[in-house]
Amino acid sequence: MTATPHKTSNASRTAGIPFLLKTAFINAAIALVLFSLMVGIRTEAGSDGQLTYWTRFGDLAALVGAVFGGSIVIELLRQWIGPTGAEKLVPPAVQSGISFIGRYLAPALLIFTLLVPVIFYNQRYILDLAILVLTYVMLGWGLNVVVGLAGLLDLGYVAFYAVGAYSYGLLATSFGWSFWVCLPLAGILAAFWGVLLGFPVLRLRGDYLAIVTLAFGEIIRLVIINWQELTGGPNGVSGIPRPSFFGIPLDNSDDGLAAKLGIEYSPTHRIVFLFYLILALALLTNWVTIRLRRLPIGRAWEALREDEVACRALGINTTTTKLTAFATGAMFGGFAGAFFATRQGFISPESFTFQESALVLAIVVLGGMGSQLGVALAALTMIGGFELFRSLENYRMLVFGMAMVLIMIWRPRGIIGHRAPTVYLTKAQAISSDLVKEGHG
Amino acid sequence: MDYFTQQLINGLVLGSIYGLIAIGYTMVYGIVGMINFAHGDIFMIGGFIALITFLILISLGLTAIPVILLVVLLVSMAITALYGWTIERIAYRPLRHSFRLAPMLSAIGMSFVLTNYSQIAQGARVKPIPPLITGGYTLHESADGFVIRLSNVQILVVITTIVLLAIFTWLVSRTRLGRDMRACEQDQTMAALLGVDVDRTISMTFVIGAALAAVAGLMYLLYYGLVDFFMGFVAGIKAFTAAVLGGIGSLPGAMLGGLAIGLIETFWSAYFSVEYKDVAAFSILIVVLIFMPTGLLGRPEVEKV
Repeated sequence: MTATPHKTSNASRTAGIPFLLKTAFINAAIALVLFSLMVGIRTEAGSDGQLTYWTRFGDLAALVGAVFGGSIVIELLRQWIGPTGAEKLVPPAVQSGISFIGRYLAPALLIFTLLVPVIFYNQRYILDLAILVLTYVMLGWGLNVVVGLAGLLDLGYVAFYAVGAYSYGLLATSFGWSFWVCLPLAGILAAFWGVLLGFPVLRLRGDYLAIVTLAFGEIIRLVIINWQELTGGPNGVSGIPRPSFFGIPLDNSDDGLAAKLGIEYSPTHRIVFLFYLILALALLTNWVTIRLRRLPIGRAWEALREDEVACRALGINTTTTKLTAFATGAMFGGFAGAFFATRQGFISPESFTFQESALVLAIVVLGGMGSQLGVALAALTMIGGFELFRSLENYRMLVFGMAMVLIMIWRPRGIIGHRAPTVYLTKAQAISSDLVKEGHG
Repeated sequence: MDYFTQQLINGLVLGSIYGLIAIGYTMVYGIVGMINFAHGDIFMIGGFIALITFLILISLGLTAIPVILLVVLLVSMAITALYGWTIERIAYRPLRHSFRLAPMLSAIGMSFVLTNYSQIAQGARVKPIPPLITGGYTLHESADGFVIRLSNVQILVVITTIVLLAIFTWLVSRTRLGRDMRACEQDQTMAALLGVDVDRTISMTFVIGAALAAVAGLMYLLYYGLVDFFMGFVAGIKAFTAAVLGGIGSLPGAMLGGLAIGLIETFWSAYFSVEYKDVAAFSILIVVLIFMPTGLLGRPEVEKV
């Protein structure tokens, strides 16, 4: 590409103040129409059921003004940064720096994570947040098997999370079974449901697959809400036992771990234990995924993601490949669900909405689909960012949604946007992810 | 039998509303190949704008129902269409040539934005309006006193749907815009080479889809007498289910799927249990897709290596 088109596009971009004002005026006018009724008028049902309304022209004016100012700023920034696509070449120094960071980031992050309970021992809030982040890291890694490796778009992943949580919750409260017995059972049950979902979707492609998985997630949630005798309906299951240290309870009793070790009891012990539990589960997910990628089945998943027709032509059994992907992903979702149930002590259908599925999928896609480190970083960013805006209350989901749109526009390929094939012929070569298609189901 | 006929009427009315929303999904899918997750929320916004316009008109002292309805219809269609246009411009156009999942996630984000935007702007409580169109006809009265009723609202919903479908079919099959849309659906690059303004055509697709969703929002408001900020999600996935059931990308399929979902839901609530009506609709979707993987009227996709 020659420099000339850049120059012309530059010239048209720096069209000066009249152009700037014109754009801003048009945007403000659009904003005025958009917000006129929704923001300018506020409706509310009165005590007698009659609907009343009042005007809020001040808010409306402020919003329109913000759009006006915002579009000027964005336009100026756009001129200042210059045409997109000009700075595709990264200087070699920066490149080697990035690869240096890339090599040591994962171990450094792991060591830091291991030390978190030591550093933040007295900060309960940070420990709780870290547990939450790790839960989502695990969910992200689990879904990564289905979406990132096998390329099957799953919009109902939360169903398996729910199956795991309810399996443990119900088995523990009804039969009094311990966490360590229920954990594998929860995983097996979730995997079973994964296979059950897998069967009808075997022949489906792309978006048909997406809607069926979404429908499946909704079916599970609706059944949980309505099957009141078993699940308690909207009231959920409460009094779920806390996990024990392989049979030794983590409480203030004489049999407790603290008493046995001869140290003073503190409620933080349980939190720290939960932290290492979810860390171990997440690392197990990661390890299994990495190992599976080197086995024929993992290779088959990647082949399936790249091209299903070619995959079938090469004699790979797509039925078993898809089913194992669903089952493996679902199993990890089930483990995470069981952990969620034991951590909360209470579960209800409200925790298993489509928003959860969308959040986990967003983590996988933002993480770069298939990159384990990327998923972990994305979970940290999303959940951490979500917590940062906790004080905004109602505005939190609004900001979250906007962030999702902006990140997608900024980096559609996710934070770590390239993917190296696990198998290669002569020389390992990182393929720019712009050149590959994925998630075709 | 009378009970059956009554449920059939109710199901067809509900199905018409779903069908109107489903057309928006299917059109966007046909032309850009993405699931517009925010479409259900566009429908919700349409309902809200209709509600607010109603309130203003009534407080201005207007009493002629047809005039009110016409003004509300036009205002909500216009503003909602602008919402559709803006969303396409902000959230989807920059991702046009990106990989498949990117616009879909952007759409999910947009859907969160719209839901929470209306919750913040209009409050979380359900907004009821008094019934505007009352009355109806008694079609048949059986010996045991069961009455089949056809209310004026139901007639209005069905007639509006039929009229809109007729206009819309004419638009797609006979006008320049419709031809452009069909051309872009087949091959965007080729269409651009032959002088079709692809960007404009895609924008218009979103505008038309949003306008139809606004009509559906108005019909929902008239039929059920309430709106709330969360109604877009459920209606959205139902309509999307309808679009997929009918074969996504196919316009008659969307309407057929909408009617099917409406009927399944109504009959399931009437004869089995209200709680499991959504489960029934989704299960039938799954069953249909097992045997017809591209929906009822969808064309099978031929893929070559």
